[in-house]
Amino acid sequence: MADHNYLLTVITFFPLMGTFTLLLLSGDDHVWIRRFTLFASVIEFIMSLFLLRGFSLADGGYQFEEFYAWIPSLHIHYHMGVDGISLFLILLTTFLTPLAILCSWNSIHEHVKEFFAMLLVLEMGMVGVFCALDLFLFFVFWEVMLIPMYFLIGIWGHGRKVYAALKFILYTMLGSILMLVGILWLFHLSGVAGNPTFDLPTIVSMLHNGQISLPWHSEILLFLAFILAFAIKVPVFPLHTWLPDAHTEAPTAGSVILAGVLLKMGTYGMLRFCLPLFPEASHRAAPMIAVLAIIGIIYAALVAMVQTNLKRLVAYTSVSHLGFVVLGIFVFNPTAMEGAIYQMLNHGVSTGMLFLVCGMIYDRRHTYEFSELGGLAKSMPVLCAFFLFACLSSLALPLLNGFIGEFMILIGTFEHHEAWAIWAATGAILSAVYLLWAYQRTALEKITVAKNENLPDATPRERLILITASVVIVFMGVASPLFTHRMDATTHALLQQVGNPASYTARHVAPQAAQPMQHDLALRSVTLERRAQP
Amino acid sequence: MFILNHLWIILALPLAGSMLTLLAGRHWAQKYVNLSSVGFVVLAFLSYCELAREFFNLSAAQIPWIGNYFTWMTAGNFRVDFALQVDQLTIVMLGVVTFVGMLIHIYSVGYMAHEEGYYRFFAEMNLFMFFMLTLVMAANLVLMFVGWEGVGLCSYLLISFFFQKKSAADAGKKAFITTRIGDFGFTIGILMAFWTFGSIDYKTMFAAAANMPVEGMHQWGVLTSICLLLLAGAVGKSAQLPLYVWLPDAMEGPTPVSALIHAATMVTAGVYMVARMNVLFSHAPAAMLAVAVIGGATALYAATIGLAQNDIKKVLAYSTISQLGYMFLACGVGAYAAGIFHLMTHAFFKALLFLAAGSVIHAMGGQQDMQHMGGLRKKIPWTFGTMLVATLAISGAPLFAGFFSKDEILFDAYAGPNANMVLYVVGISAALLTACYMFRLIFLTFYGKPRYDEHHVHVHESPKVMLAPLVILAILSVIGGWFVLPTYWGGKDYFQGFLDPVFASSTALAAKMHPAWTEPPHSLELTMAAIAVGVAFVGFLIAWYLYIRKPALPNKVANAFGPVYKLLLNKYYVDELYGAIIIGPLIWISRNVLWKVIDVGLIDGTVNGLAFLSRESGVGLRRMQSGNTRSYAAWVVIGAVAVTVFFVWMVR
Repeated sequence: MADHNYLLTVITFFPLMGTFTLLLLSGDDHVWIRRFTLFASVIEFIMSLFLLRGFSLADGGYQFEEFYAWIPSLHIHYHMGVDGISLFLILLTTFLTPLAILCSWNSIHEHVKEFFAMLLVLEMGMVGVFCALDLFLFFVFWEVMLIPMYFLIGIWGHGRKVYAALKFILYTMLGSILMLVGILWLFHLSGVAGNPTFDLPTIVSMLHNGQISLPWHSEILLFLAFILAFAIKVPVFPLHTWLPDAHTEAPTAGSVILAGVLLKMGTYGMLRFCLPLFPEASHRAAPMIAVLAIIGIIYAALVAMVQTNLKRLVAYTSVSHLGFVVLGIFVFNPTAMEGAIYQMLNHGVSTGMLFLVCGMIYDRRHTYEFSELGGLAKSMPVLCAFFLFACLSSLALPLLNGFIGEFMILIGTFEHHEAWAIWAATGAILSAVYLLWAYQRTALEKITVAKNENLPDATPRERLILITASVVIVFMGVASPLFTHRMDATTHALLQQVGNPASYTARHVAPQAAQPMQHDLALRSVTLERRAQP
Repeated sequence: MFILNHLWIILALPLAGSMLTLLAGRHWAQKYVNLSSVGFVVLAFLSYCELAREFFNLSAAQIPWIGNYFTWMTAGNFRVDFALQVDQLTIVMLGVVTFVGMLIHIYSVGYMAHEEGYYRFFAEMNLFMFFMLTLVMAANLVLMFVGWEGVGLCSYLLISFFFQKKSAADAGKKAFITTRIGDFGFTIGILMAFWTFGSIDYKTMFAAAANMPVEGMHQWGVLTSICLLLLAGAVGKSAQLPLYVWLPDAMEGPTPVSALIHAATMVTAGVYMVARMNVLFSHAPAAMLAVAVIGGATALYAATIGLAQNDIKKVLAYSTISQLGYMFLACGVGAYAAGIFHLMTHAFFKALLFLAAGSVIHAMGGQQDMQHMGGLRKKIPWTFGTMLVATLAISGAPLFAGFFSKDEILFDAYAGPNANMVLYVVGISAALLTACYMFRLIFLTFYGKPRYDEHHVHVHESPKVMLAPLVILAILSVIGGWFVLPTYWGGKDYFQGFLDPVFASSTALAAKMHPAWTEPPHSLELTMAAIAVGVAFVGFLIAWYLYIRKPALPNKVANAFGPVYKLLLNKYYVDELYGAIIIGPLIWISRNVLWKVIDVGLIDGTVNGLAFLSRESGVGLRRMQSGNTRSYAAWVVIGAVAVTVFFVWMVR
């Protein structure tokens, strides 16, 4: 299984090497600590780009696989691999980390070395989560990544940082424990079937060929154990209240990574574990999850709209946007699923950029309260232009990245569930409301607080960060096939594993159509004639 | 064939201008900004001219001409190409957009000369041109939606150009959000169209729709649903009832913006879309009727409000809404060519009206209230002359552009295959009001005694760079309608003939649907024209009597009909109504119920409550670790019993 290719191991553990080297530096040498961390993370990003070079478009399975026995007595393997789902999530991680490091350049003053070391450990954990194909290994990375995040919020955060950090860790731990139980149960089942293993692909194939027979009630319990862990992470309504606190109190780099990558681990987990392991349960639970996702889209948008704190507002938008992703996953449609994966990347970049801008404003004004802001476009035109750009990307303006993901999800959803698509689409109106209002309260109108009059505009370092993010946003908005083509094979394979609810070739044009179908449109209930006669 | 083979050039030119101006223009002198932004738009117009020349050499089979550049989105069986297309309708629309756009850019050089953010203005105007051209040239629905949202963005940016004014910032936001409500329908319409036709390419869609049966007025099918959803988008963008509220507020933007975006081009996108989708609409009579009713109602409704407004730009805004209503009315009765014709002539005379109003405002040093104008005729003669021409055109004075286009619409409403007497009466009444409020504007602004402080306001004619576009547009406001002139002696309507290939199948279908309908006699056409002119003249007379003959009368009338006047002055209180029944409650519920009660109180409260409970129970559990062996033994017994009971229960 293991061809001699160590790329994933290198990418995963390079940041850890960076951490060790960093620890050798003197703690007072802030300049070199920053430079070195940035250097390491950029090298890491460049190395991760090699994944693109070797990645085969036609292969729907795992690539760059590495498979070694790790703890043989417990049947634990070191199994790494990427496919069309995790490929870009790894790239997203390695792309956002240098930005997070750059944005912390001047805003961290205490325990500088520890801060950057934490960021690198975090990066290792995140990349590991996306690479691991052994359940135990996955769980280890999953837990490893929590610890630096806890410290990032708890030590370098602001306001009620300890409360927020604790809330974050408790929520996630609750999910982790359930997941651990699920993992051990699966291990036990594989042992019963005569082949004890933690290896995900093996377990999936054992489930599919009937070696492991899973009674319905066990499947639903296992499914719940996993989905709860991931739903907390996403977060799906109503498990989301840790998020606004964690975001608001976290330092900028923490928020960027949290929103950009950590939340995606929830949706990634759903795709990687819930769907292939428990297809039946996924299908049965899909309506409930989708409804929660849609409630999340609308509810979080409305709550975001009335926030008085810029960063908290952006935090709530994550709940709303991730609702789209969850919806896209649970309609089991290739277009929606690729849209969901794409939207994960989009959200990482767009919301990441929004948090970056928030952080730059905070660096100058030390507040996120709208009442203290307003009229900033006068004093900081460049920064505010980038802010608006990030808002536009987030509100799904065509030719920017957000539109592609959202639209694909809607297209795919509409095929099977018109009503879901229609409800979800209201999110597009609301996102315009809360983002443009937020922009107005931050950047437009007259300056009311004297402190805002002479703020310095974006520095070259900040411009570099914002331009990088903007270029990626435009690129993803225009050249989406470069990404989605690499997801095609995997999505196809995954949907075959999960099974598709309805055939979608039979629903095309129906000139002589007959069979009427009930439609649940907001306008009124109309009879449609569209299903082709078999 | 160069441009035809490289259609993207037309889009790329203004985009390049925009990017260049945006990125570099900040530190440039104004002349370089002019060079890059106005220059690129002029180039776009020139390439349009070349395109038109090449287009006329194409054979009928080669139209629509499609250029497919790259795949923009693909996943599953969904696929969107970045594909542009040119047909007769595109040629007309492109001509309007590039030509009027170019003139307004030139005018802006003079108008915006003293404003802060000069480069930003031009960068955004160029970006607007890019998106508007994308909208018009798109070969599929999703790409049209790209242009559609893009022009919305530019509209937002330019309305709130003076962003330090709260009213400007509010107006921009309102415009974007209101149109997004319509776009919600548009989006769902696209989704439904995709799953119905299997593609969002015009060609595939129309071919598939043409083979579908015409749907009944009462039994709605999928086509009716799609059309109504698309119509929602058109209603938002073209400021029709009930989503028109953003357009009057949009007048917060600089006047050239009002002329380009909120009169000549962007707001007509809805009409263009309906005309473009004519195959679909023709198969959905209920949706057609909805288009016509919304259009007619808006035409009349907005005209009544226009009567009572005092802000010169607000009058023109309501006039625009009303005229757009005419275009919808035309499309709704199946007279797509007439709708597009009115779109074109309207682009000329309404752009002219706005630019001339801008010239007036410029002359008055920023004053927009007509109650503080008067007697400007002699002081700014060029502005006055051109504005009078435009007023004659919009009122439908014989031989002016608006006369022909409006007449054609009214004629089709009266005698076309889908004729509807009610709609005709509504249309002709709106024509009366149009002449009335437009001449009211002229009389209040240019006639009578000055009602401003002549010592403080130094009225001056605008520079030549502003007057030249006025004159050119004035000429077009006269001759722009002469394409149809020959029909008055029984000849051919060139405009309709040109557009015929685009609308042919719809026209044929309409004829098939109404077998009893026959081509009306030529004499009827002349009679109808005479009636329309007569009605417009009455409107003029009313305005003349009220504002020239008896200038004291309007106040008396206003007092006598106090409540009605107040209703009109306050625009039927629709803004207040929307605020009270939609916006206010939504914000209140979001803040006080969703956020404070559900999020913070219920969900977070439960979580924190659980945390509290577990801490307390932890304290309780600690007490159990008493160190007392006997109590441990007791716990062991209790545990053993519990386990036994559990297993017994399980095994059972």
